[in-house]
Amino acid sequence: MNKTNNKTTENGEATQATLILSDGSRFCGTSFGYEKPVAGEVVFNTAMNGYPESLTDPSYAGQLMTLTYPLIGNYGVPPFTIEKNGLPHFMESEKIHAEAIIVCDYSKEYSHWNAVESLASWLKREQVPGITGIDTRALTKKLREQGVMMGRIVFGDPDKAEQVEIPDYSTINYVDCVSCKEVIRYNEGKDKKKVVLVDCGVKDNIIRCLLKRDVEVIRVPWDYDYNVLEFDGLFISNGPGDPNNCSDAVKNLRKAMSNEKLPIFGICMGNQLLAVAGGAKVYKLKYGHRSHNQPVRQVGTERCFITSQNHGFAVDNNTLNNDWEPLFINMNDGSNEGIRHKHNPWFSAQFHPEAASGPTDTEFLFDKFINLFKA
Amino acid sequence: MKDNIKKVLLLGSGALKIGEAGEFDYSGSQALKALKEENIHTVLINPNIATVQTSEGVADQIYFLPVTPYFVEKVIEKEKPDGIMLAFGGQTALNCGVQLYKSGVLKKYNLRVLGTPVQAIMDTEDRELFVEKLNEINVHTIKSQAVENIEDARRAAKELGYPVIIRAAYALGGLGSGFCDDEKQLNTLVEKAFSFSPQVLVEKSLKGWKEVEYEVVRDRYDNCITVCNMENFDPLGIHTGESIVIAPSQTLSNRDYHKLRELSIRIIRHIGIVGECNVQYAYDPNSENYRVIEVNARLSRSSALASKATGYPLAFVAAKLGLGYGLFELKNSVTKTTSAFFEPALDYVVCKIPRWDLGKFRGVDKELGSSMKSVGEVMAIGRTFEEAIQKGLRMIGQGMHGFVENKELVIDDLDKSLRQPTDKRIFLISKAFRAGYTVDQVHELTKIDCWFLQKLMNIINTANELEAWGNNHTQLAEMPTELLRRAKVEGFSDFQIARAINYNGDLEDGIMMVRNYRKSIGLVPSVKQIDTLAAEYPAKTNYLYITYSGIEHDICFENDKRSVVVLGSGAYRIGSSVEFDWCGVQALNTIRKEGYRSVMINYNPETVSTDYDMCDRLYFDELTFERVMDIIDLEAPHGVIVSTGGQIPNNLAMRLDEQKVNILGTSAKYIDNAEDRNKFSEMLDRIHVDQPEWQELTSMEDIDKFVQLVGFPVLVRPSYVLSGAAMNVCSNNEELVRFLELAANISKKHPVVVSRFIEHAKEVEMDAVARDGEIIAYAISEHIEFAGVHSGDATIQFPPQKLYVETVRRIKHISREIARELHISGPFNIQYLARENDIKVIECNLRASRSFPFVSKVLKLNLIELATKVMLDIPVEKPSKNLFDLDYVGIKASQFSFNRLQKADPVLGVDMASTGEVGCIGENTSSALLKSMLSVGYRIPKKTVLLSTGTQRQKADMMSAARMLVDKGYKLYATKGTYLALAMNGIPSTLVYWPSEEGNPQAIDMLHSHEIDMVVNIPKNLSERELTNGYKIRRAAIDLNVPLITNARLADAFIKAFCTMTLDDLKIRSWAEYK
Repeated sequence: MNKTNNKTTENGEATQATLILSDGSRFCGTSFGYEKPVAGEVVFNTAMNGYPESLTDPSYAGQLMTLTYPLIGNYGVPPFTIEKNGLPHFMESEKIHAEAIIVCDYSKEYSHWNAVESLASWLKREQVPGITGIDTRALTKKLREQGVMMGRIVFGDPDKAEQVEIPDYSTINYVDCVSCKEVIRYNEGKDKKKVVLVDCGVKDNIIRCLLKRDVEVIRVPWDYDYNVLEFDGLFISNGPGDPNNCSDAVKNLRKAMSNEKLPIFGICMGNQLLAVAGGAKVYKLKYGHRSHNQPVRQVGTERCFITSQNHGFAVDNNTLNNDWEPLFINMNDGSNEGIRHKHNPWFSAQFHPEAASGPTDTEFLFDKFINLFKA
Repeated sequence: MKDNIKKVLLLGSGALKIGEAGEFDYSGSQALKALKEENIHTVLINPNIATVQTSEGVADQIYFLPVTPYFVEKVIEKEKPDGIMLAFGGQTALNCGVQLYKSGVLKKYNLRVLGTPVQAIMDTEDRELFVEKLNEINVHTIKSQAVENIEDARRAAKELGYPVIIRAAYALGGLGSGFCDDEKQLNTLVEKAFSFSPQVLVEKSLKGWKEVEYEVVRDRYDNCITVCNMENFDPLGIHTGESIVIAPSQTLSNRDYHKLRELSIRIIRHIGIVGECNVQYAYDPNSENYRVIEVNARLSRSSALASKATGYPLAFVAAKLGLGYGLFELKNSVTKTTSAFFEPALDYVVCKIPRWDLGKFRGVDKELGSSMKSVGEVMAIGRTFEEAIQKGLRMIGQGMHGFVENKELVIDDLDKSLRQPTDKRIFLISKAFRAGYTVDQVHELTKIDCWFLQKLMNIINTANELEAWGNNHTQLAEMPTELLRRAKVEGFSDFQIARAINYNGDLEDGIMMVRNYRKSIGLVPSVKQIDTLAAEYPAKTNYLYITYSGIEHDICFENDKRSVVVLGSGAYRIGSSVEFDWCGVQALNTIRKEGYRSVMINYNPETVSTDYDMCDRLYFDELTFERVMDIIDLEAPHGVIVSTGGQIPNNLAMRLDEQKVNILGTSAKYIDNAEDRNKFSEMLDRIHVDQPEWQELTSMEDIDKFVQLVGFPVLVRPSYVLSGAAMNVCSNNEELVRFLELAANISKKHPVVVSRFIEHAKEVEMDAVARDGEIIAYAISEHIEFAGVHSGDATIQFPPQKLYVETVRRIKHISREIARELHISGPFNIQYLARENDIKVIECNLRASRSFPFVSKVLKLNLIELATKVMLDIPVEKPSKNLFDLDYVGIKASQFSFNRLQKADPVLGVDMASTGEVGCIGENTSSALLKSMLSVGYRIPKKTVLLSTGTQRQKADMMSAARMLVDKGYKLYATKGTYLALAMNGIPSTLVYWPSEEGNPQAIDMLHSHEIDMVVNIPKNLSERELTNGYKIRRAAIDLNVPLITNARLADAFIKAFCTMTLDDLKIRSWAEYK
């Protein structure tokens, strides 16, 4: 059955909500989520769908997520049901990680066979603000021209409203906030190959992609020293914030890399940490890549892929030492989209082969990784 | 350039027809542009002379010839190209290419097919191969069975279970297809389908599922992208060309979207497309179940729409990929810096709405189904769904102002009309909501997704709020700004708002009142760019739309008075089509060349004028007074051109003039003097120019009096039409009464214009350009048919071949007088009646006419370029060309789409019925006529012709042609009257019987058994009996795909042409070779 919610806003008039950027500019709209003042890094995402996945993507921790596609909420929110392995069926983690969502035209009514509630009701339940009625194109252009900036959302009269302190995005260790706190094992089995997954804020679909290939996944906290464990492959996950705050993870990674035969695969933050462990440098992009349509080319080939991306930092290709080479390059701006070691079975992607949300064209990278030790 | 290709042949799609229209002018033009960039010599075959792609400089050689294997082979033989492109001319080009491949012609001439290989095309076109191919990669298709006879069809339907859908294989736009609920319906439909194709498909129907399409691109390196997906507002069961379509999809989750995307890529790889294809899915609204409906291995209507919706030039890129490029080697043509290998991100929503003209056809079936009937479409862009759909409903130009505040529709059974969709369904949803139906109720009846319905309900709610406010307020200044703003964000026009608040007075004043008020409070729209990347990268794109969901413009306005705004022609419809797109594009080119900034306003996704590189700034938006003024306020242009886009811009002239807008060319006052029947008539009297007697009458008695004065037949034009055609010729009192009682309404408020109808008169057209009232160039052309056939349906020859010198001189003289009197500056057209040397003026339009591209190209003098220069006040010299010096003849023939319009009577009259046209050039009338008739789908009959030739006079007119047929060895069949007339003249024929007569053989049976190769049926009059009998034969001819001619003069000319020459006598010469 199609489900619709025919009610207009609960109490008639919606509350005024204002986004105030750190440069003082204001964008006025109305609230459709939970009403509590928030602050964070304002970023934009040009994907045209996938808001449940994006909101639950831990990489959005500390960020106010602007969606450039104007009509949001159309297909509601799927149920938070849990698979046998303990992962939610339809979400990328156990909760919303973005600080807030900023849209142009929130759709109060939704329609989808798999929806159980509206986006507004979910936001309210998880106490996350949402603003609608914003010229998200104008906002995006501002962020594009001036770079991502900090901002806050206030409710009611913006001159009188309660405000929260703007945090210092670059110094907060968001990875520590979102990483699991203890070791979790999935698909345990005596004869199964084992992958240690360093959880910097892993998206659940990465775990699903590994499990689909029938390996045991040992998910460890970001700063856990897994080198004491027995395993066949090492995976470094995506995660929020500045990779330079994750020196413990790099330290453990370097230790693991003393074994030249150990297969290592990283995604997103994992790409950056692998690069840092290999001696390269990472820099902050002006406004990041957050979308479902980023073209990458595999270096030295005619193979190109459309990828899902969500990152604000990138590996500096020029700082890779002789043992390393770029594996993928962004076809729009030439930035690094992955690296590989010239001799050892170590590689990584800046984009998201696990998709969810986004295109699934590069899922084969998981096969490449698994084949390194499973063949 | 890749692959050492030097010369490429590109096949066009021929005349515009239902299912194959302007989108192929756009895709072909893009492909030719891509080839030109590579310095490849291009050869184009396309008889559609009104297109942009057949203009000078677009292709290197142009052949105005039928796109059929015979003629294409001749051109190949002559031009010896290295490669051929089949994907840019719709189903016509594709089918032709497949035939050339199968017959070995491509191999014989060592011709490489560039882009998708022919085998891949055949894999998608042949249903069985297609299903097999998709089975190999585990992709589900709709369960269907291919059958080759009617017994198998019945058995297949029984096995699958009714309802089933019938499709003819290898047919464009769902031709010969439909739903059957039982065996009776199946029998009728299957027979018809077999007349179009030897193979018919019987499929299980999935009515009610969502319909979703993906546009997919692949290069030779196996790199794939999906450029756009689209979701149909109407669920499965309505042909996608008949559906309202939304891009991107609105009700698909990420899982849904990417599941179908992944399948699309799997399919394109497996089939081996190089270039572009579209994949259509049926998608279960209650699960992740899907079926692939079909794959089009070519550019399509959807791909044109996707290009316009996203800014990604699919045809251009597909042509480059056909030459061997990889996507990574091409740039995004909007940003110019980022790669063409990417998938556009939209930050707006696009809504396509079909435009039907079913009202023009007598008896036509108005129910929508699996076969296409619409003649055009519009694309509306907004940042809310409400905004986009309301814009779109205004754009289709059927007198509607949006989703609400329209004229009340009268309907007997609302539930039934919601369940069985017609061209009016969206407005019936509005009516239902107003009548208290809930979203769920309407969903039950229509199966339209609740999300769309709820959005429509939002519009109703806002309308209700406005109306409630209007009930106790009159001063707009008291309205809560929030409400007014919401109305604008939801796409309400100033007109809708004025009507909703019950504005007391002329609504045109109401529009100004709303406009002035909202401007005073700063409630004005923003201009946004379509940049393919949702603002992620800077783009200097000039591709723009207007929205109320915005706080800033994306572009800066120079305010330098260098902008010249050209108003486009809007949705293609019967009477206004690609010819005005050509005119618009020529105007833009000239404006640019002369150093002005060319600005286009238009909203038709099938056009070249809405290609963003045709002008300096494209506003893909409405052509309403409100929106045009919004744009003029921002652009502050040097002036506006209203004379190259047909009637829509022409109608705006007066109101723009009132707002002090600088109308370039003939001033608005004189435009009005030509448009206003009374003013124009007075002027003709003043300058002693004759016209058929006419009067505007308001009662039956007055009409009778007038008829007594002028005699029958009379031409009757009601100002308010109840049903059917707007104009009619009545030849006796019975007809007159019948027409006025059934079809029209006469009263003081709705007067009827009655004019004397002059029989057996020639119709002559004057297309010309004048400057300050002086004609500087002109073209006179002559209709083959006598007056009474609408000029848009008539077969026209240019230069005239059978006009008296005296007639021509008088026409020139009168035209000069009129031009002077109306101070014409720019293009104009006058239609004349000529009998002996008696000349009467029928009509005068102070704008470009339908025949401008035809006469411009035959004369090789671009009249629009000239007219535009005049309008820009640039000095021009009188061209030295004289139409009487031409050593060749051009014939423009009309394309009808009756085969699409089930049950419509395929007869010609004073109201236009054709959907397109061709123009071919020959050494004489016969060769040009033969080429053009073959181009619009006629075939030279093999052995037999059925004649039933109307009145005594018409019968007499046909005698010499009948004799020629017999002399040529044709066997004639004739209905009784004609049989006797032939016998009296010593012409042998076999008697056949009308449907109302007893006896054998029955004409209809002979058509069914394919014993007749051509039908000439001239309707005698409009009497009931005549209509039914003749109708049945005409309709059977159309449904069974037998060529039909209903005009004696045209039949005579065509028969004489094919009796005096053969195909081999037709010279294969390019346009340039006619000097």
